Amino acid sequence: MSNPNSAVLTIAHLDHAFGVGELRKQVLFDIHLTLQGGEIVIMTGPSGSGKTTLLTLMGGLRSVQKGSLKFLGLELCGATERQRVEVRRHIGYIFQAHNLHGSLTALQNVRMGLELHRQYSVAEMEQRASQALEAVGLGDRISYYPANLSGGQRQRVAIARALVSQPKLLLADEPTAALDRQSGRDVVTLMQHLAQEQGCTILLVTHDNRILDVADRIIEMEDGRLLASRTVNS
Amino acid sequence: MNVLRRRTWLGWLQLSHEPSRLLVALAGIAFADVLMFMQLGFQASLFDSNTRLARTLNADVILVSPKAKNSQNLSTFSRRRLYQALDIPGVTQATALYSNLLTWKNPQTRQDTVVQLIGFDPDHTPFDLPDLKTQQDLLKLPDVVVFDRRSRGKYGEVISQLEEGTVVTTEAEGRTLSIQGIFSLGASFGADGTLLTSDQTFLRILPRRNRGSISLGLLQLAPEANPAQVVAQLRARLPEDVNVFTQEEFIAAEKRYWQTESPIGFIFTMGTAMAFVVGVVIVYQVLSTDVNAHLQEYATFKAMGYRHRYLLGVIFEEAVILALLGFIPGFILPIGLYRVAARATALPIAMTVHRALMVLGLTLIMCLLSGAIATRRLQGADPADMF
Repeated sequence: MSNPNSAVLTIAHLDHAFGVGELRKQVLFDIHLTLQGGEIVIMTGPSGSGKTTLLTLMGGLRSVQKGSLKFLGLELCGATERQRVEVRRHIGYIFQAHNLHGSLTALQNVRMGLELHRQYSVAEMEQRASQALEAVGLGDRISYYPANLSGGQRQRVAIARALVSQPKLLLADEPTAALDRQSGRDVVTLMQHLAQEQGCTILLVTHDNRILDVADRIIEMEDGRLLASRTVNS
Repeated sequence: MNVLRRRTWLGWLQLSHEPSRLLVALAGIAFADVLMFMQLGFQASLFDSNTRLARTLNADVILVSPKAKNSQNLSTFSRRRLYQALDIPGVTQATALYSNLLTWKNPQTRQDTVVQLIGFDPDHTPFDLPDLKTQQDLLKLPDVVVFDRRSRGKYGEVISQLEEGTVVTTEAEGRTLSIQGIFSLGASFGADGTLLTSDQTFLRILPRRNRGSISLGLLQLAPEANPAQVVAQLRARLPEDVNVFTQEEFIAAEKRYWQTESPIGFIFTMGTAMAFVVGVVIVYQVLSTDVNAHLQEYATFKAMGYRHRYLLGVIFEEAVILALLGFIPGFILPIGLYRVAARATALPIAMTVHRALMVLGLTLIMCLLSGAIATRRLQGADPADMF
């Protein structure tokens, strides 16, 4: 359990640009953001506003060019590829598409989230993975292949995979976009519930107004800048 | 070890999840393996069959003309060299072989056919052929020959008559020959069949051949003689119109001819290389399709913190599995095909452990090479594109 009062992620003076020379286009301008432990933050904004770029920087999927981005105290600006890979292991991801591996059963997919963490034995991995699937309500589907699961069920397997290694931060990019209203709602509630149980911080990018109520805080991006955040649920 | 035990066998799971793609891949690898086995098998039988005569010779040292190409084209040299060789201490016996290709009438079909005729002194035993020993006295009679029962061609009826002890007659060069016995040598790439006879009969059938011009000189050494020393002395003593070989050197020279001077050896090496390339292409197709189909999943794994190395491992895992599974039918099929080929060509073709290991090694290299090329596709798996 992380201390709810300590910052998981701190961003200061963050700029980011794509291309070089004439073609250089800056997409993020002077971003400041702090995510506290256990917080649920929703990020909204029009497409092309830089949300996705910010998300990939936070997840260690891109090198930070300028400014400061600290994950659990580790500065990612100037970090090596190796350090970034290490950081990724402590972050859970949920993508718009479920991105489960089609040749692996639900259980094997979730297990892949544990295999990177040396402290678990084979038996522990099996046990934790099936517990994670039970927690998302798929205890009776552990040996199903993704092709035989519904869209909502697949996204729940993806949540189990993202959370099974108990990450400090969960990054989710439009996790409900491909789902119907009810499944979308279920998925978000599940994320909220599990993250709270583990004390995991969530940053959720969405256009879906129906799920804004789960957030502790909503931040808005526009043209590469972060607008003032508003606090909800207070 | 623990790392391996923890690992999910992703390569195997990916392959087995798509059985039809796996079967196509295995069929392709088996095909390449069968091709390699057949080419290498024929090549080995080329060397085996063509060195068989040389291996059957009962001699410690062999004299042969420098113009000789192979056991069928031996050329000739002067018989005087044989007598000179007897002067060297340690040489106890010297005997001459006369060899020529002969067009004879196949006694069964009455068609003209080419066989190799070898004449020797029936008082000596220049061949290590056990079934010949009892028949050698027959050869002292004029125009008597003995025939190789493992000759290639339509000789089935003749051979069964000979086995029963019937004398079969036929013609060659205007003379009537009487076949009075059989022995076992085997056809080669150079000769479909072999006839053995006395030197007297040989010269009678082929009057243009001169008694003083022999094809091979076979020397026996005293048991206490040092072969290397005797060979050195012979080389120093005899003029350059004759080559001195130990039996091993003679076999090696025969092999070298087929390997390098005849186009046949090269053709089989080439065929093996082509089969290898075909295999690389097939396996590459399968692996690169598989990588493409899983790019998004691979990018996801990278986002989760898996290293590039891990994904390389998955591809090589697939490559090794394909190689090992594909080798099983690729090994079994040629065993049957070798039998068919051996029957059809009267050549010694059979599976050997050495060749099986060699093809298994080639298959592994083939699949790993394809895997190495297929890994270039992995560059497309960029986790930054996932969101």
